[in-house]
Amino acid sequence: MPFLPHTETDVREMLATIGVPDVETLFDEIPEALRVKGLDGIPPGLSEMEIGRLMTARARRDGQPLAFLGGGAYEHHIPAAVWALTTRGEFYSAYTPYQAEASQGTLQIIYEYQSMITSLTGLEVSNASLYDGGSAVAEAALMAVRAHRKSKSLRLLVPATLNPNYRRVALSTAGNQGLQFDVVPYERGSGCIDQKALATHAGKDYAALVIQQPNFFGQLEDVDALTDWAHAQGMFVIAAVNPTSLAILKPPAEWGAKGADICIGEGQPLGVPLSSGGPYFGFMTTRMEHVRSMPGRIVGRTVDLEGRPGFTLTLQAREQHIRRGKATSNICTNQGLLMTAATIYMTLLGPAGLAQVAEVSRSRTRELAELLIAVPGVRAAFSGPRFHELVLQLDVPVAGVLAKLAREGILAGVDLQEDYPELGNAMLVCATETKTRDDLQRYADALRGALR
Amino acid sequence: MTAPKAVEPLIFEYSRPGRGAAAQHPPALAKTGGDDLPAALRRRTPPRLPEVSELDTVRHFTRLSQLNFAIDTHFYPLGSCTMKYNPKACNQYAMLPEFIGRHPLAPATHGQGFLECMFELQEMLKEVTGMRAVSLNPMAGAHGEFAGVAMIRAYHAARGDHARNEIIVPEAAHGTNPATATMCGCVVREIPVDDQGDVDLEALAKVVGPNTAGIMLTNPSTLGVFERKIREVAKLVHDAGGLLYYDGANLNAILGKVRPGDMGFDVIHMNLHKTFSTPHGGGGPGAGAVGVSARLEPFLPVPVVGREGDGYRWLSERDRPQSIGRLSAFMGNAGVLLRAYVYMRMLGRDGMARVGEYATLNANYLMARLRAAGFDLAYPDRRASHEFIVTMKKQAKELNVTAMDVAKRLLDHGFHAPTTYFPLLVPECLLIEPTETESRETLDAFVEAMVSILAEAHADAAKLKGAPYTMPVRRLDDVRAAKQLDLAWKPVNSPA
Repeated sequence: MPFLPHTETDVREMLATIGVPDVETLFDEIPEALRVKGLDGIPPGLSEMEIGRLMTARARRDGQPLAFLGGGAYEHHIPAAVWALTTRGEFYSAYTPYQAEASQGTLQIIYEYQSMITSLTGLEVSNASLYDGGSAVAEAALMAVRAHRKSKSLRLLVPATLNPNYRRVALSTAGNQGLQFDVVPYERGSGCIDQKALATHAGKDYAALVIQQPNFFGQLEDVDALTDWAHAQGMFVIAAVNPTSLAILKPPAEWGAKGADICIGEGQPLGVPLSSGGPYFGFMTTRMEHVRSMPGRIVGRTVDLEGRPGFTLTLQAREQHIRRGKATSNICTNQGLLMTAATIYMTLLGPAGLAQVAEVSRSRTRELAELLIAVPGVRAAFSGPRFHELVLQLDVPVAGVLAKLAREGILAGVDLQEDYPELGNAMLVCATETKTRDDLQRYADALRGALR
Repeated sequence: MTAPKAVEPLIFEYSRPGRGAAAQHPPALAKTGGDDLPAALRRRTPPRLPEVSELDTVRHFTRLSQLNFAIDTHFYPLGSCTMKYNPKACNQYAMLPEFIGRHPLAPATHGQGFLECMFELQEMLKEVTGMRAVSLNPMAGAHGEFAGVAMIRAYHAARGDHARNEIIVPEAAHGTNPATATMCGCVVREIPVDDQGDVDLEALAKVVGPNTAGIMLTNPSTLGVFERKIREVAKLVHDAGGLLYYDGANLNAILGKVRPGDMGFDVIHMNLHKTFSTPHGGGGPGAGAVGVSARLEPFLPVPVVGREGDGYRWLSERDRPQSIGRLSAFMGNAGVLLRAYVYMRMLGRDGMARVGEYATLNANYLMARLRAAGFDLAYPDRRASHEFIVTMKKQAKELNVTAMDVAKRLLDHGFHAPTTYFPLLVPECLLIEPTETESRETLDAFVEAMVSILAEAHADAAKLKGAPYTMPVRRLDDVRAAKQLDLAWKPVNSPA
């Protein structure tokens, strides 16, 4: 029997110990009318060899196309050691470190992770992870409303340059508690927040302004001016950032005169495979003064009975298993294993390696942009500095072009028709350090062919 | 005397300027054109990430892993968490290069294999729970709870019934239940259970009414017993116009034996990381798929996998205009879902039914042996479900030995502790869930350890209260951790 160690003798003797004639008797408190007669809709079991064959065949069908997709998930090289270590059973098959003495490995990793992510973002405290970048925006919005002592507002300003799925997740998650998200348009030349439009909100009571850097279009926002403006209005600033970019971009704690108040983002670029969208992890950091408003697990360093350093979950009075209905969030299980992978990834890359990933990705995207813009009928939608993504506009509808290239094994970009119809035939394109010059050329040639 | 050293230094202590794992870094490119990154946007000082070699990294994290208890190394009878064996095949086949390399925004043409797995997973989860439709989107149990309660709210709102904002929760419920209700903008009404662990029907009858949005129940309950009056509960709540929410934390107990849909539940979440054996990962990732009855189907979170002819695609907001929306940036914890899929296919229909049977057999066996050994049960007259509660109330009073002391001493015997101090209404409780994948020998060894701890409680309570002794650290100073917050490493001479 798969995954069951019981022999017939075991079962017989165990039943005798319990004092029942058979296993069925153990279910005699369940009303007979409710009992299941069978699970006919479930296929018969497969051996490991059979399921292996099935999964391999299905995986092959999906193939390994050459992808230039971004939009919130990014293909980066993941060092072999990251998942060799992460999938060790001691990490993989452990649970939340409630018994600190038997979980020092996981707890120390969380502490090391908190140390790395606070340094990367410049803010003082971090939690042990959230579900993903989208849910992190939602949790940050709820936290801003909770932590803001001077504003009673349930409204936040979110730019149209925030990943549209993040906005959707924030609304689905926080809308039930009355939070509202007013959208600030972007400026058509730069693809950045329209500061004139933003200025029309001056003097109104908002809990926070969300700023994504680099923004959804890959453009770099004027974070200093935006942060100072928001603070002058008495709003918090929630920074939504790409962690790779922080190796070379100014950390949110240094935005403007006072720095962002809460920083969140999608942790996937830090050693987590694309894997069709998950599991990823969201990260969150903030100032020490807001630590008690932060959702999720937090690990602290302390000492044991003999004065030896050790680690434990702390500030648990914020959490659902203690506070129940009054907790900062209902979050319980988060994304521990992915946080582990990210910690190992950041360790292997170090400050120089991560900066190199960021710089090379930027260069590759710039090279790609040059090659593609040279193709007749292709132009950049926006000007100004970028990170590793950009929006291209075509003379013809994007969907057909993407489908044509996909047939050649190239996933050429993300169609923006649905979320940004005003941009016309626009697509979001990304290149990272994983792309070679030949890859870029292959894409450019294929696009030239498709548009001919 | 110098203070004792840490078992394993922080990774930062291995760091030396200029050292690095160079093989991991991408090759530098010749600069093409000028640097167009404005100085105002540039980082001025590098982040404090460690500068270590690959070997340093591997040794450090391998050593850290060895400080953990895990299912792969230890019996882990953590009640309500279903710490069963996580088959290696599930990990291997979910991590095939095509699956882990697939971008979430890749077109369905380059994801039919993956989507077929997801579609079949939805179908299998429907069958095993008796629900009409399933969404795989939520990323943890609490996230699934959120989706469920949000759907209940959306359902009432769509009918113009805006008064229904109360969620009823038994006092023994998981903390996530009331926290979820609050997150959904609902008011929580707690109701008691009777002395046999069943919901107090009279109390329930008093709180249901025109404001009732629904009730959240775990069955078997967190008390480790099956809620026998479930049909009466369902009738009371439904007659009052409310809906029934099933917290799937304990689904393992009844897998293949009873289905939440048949019990009258309108919406459920399943913890795939419990019942369907995906890894707990040291605190996630989980997966909290939700299932619903027909009337809630339009409200399911998107995306959902649909079949059209021979092909599969994600159904989005456009296909499901009444959906409560999107709960993850993409489509949930896809890789976890693949693991659950592999597990379910390997078990098949017969294996699935055996899960509930053997989980229940192991729990009742362990309960019978511990009772015979002199431990007090919280519900001695009831069958155990897949878990049961031992209460140390008597020992706490007579010997000053608490559930926590027992939990810590078990670590010295090589067993992870059961869940302690939950559910809150049983004093000094140990919630014990052995799962079906443990052998009789393991259960017997656990009983021996418990017996020896009980003897020690009488003979040398002080020794017991100092446990554990064999772990990497002794008991930790939690008060200091909360008062002198040290949440991130800083170099010794660093300004703040």
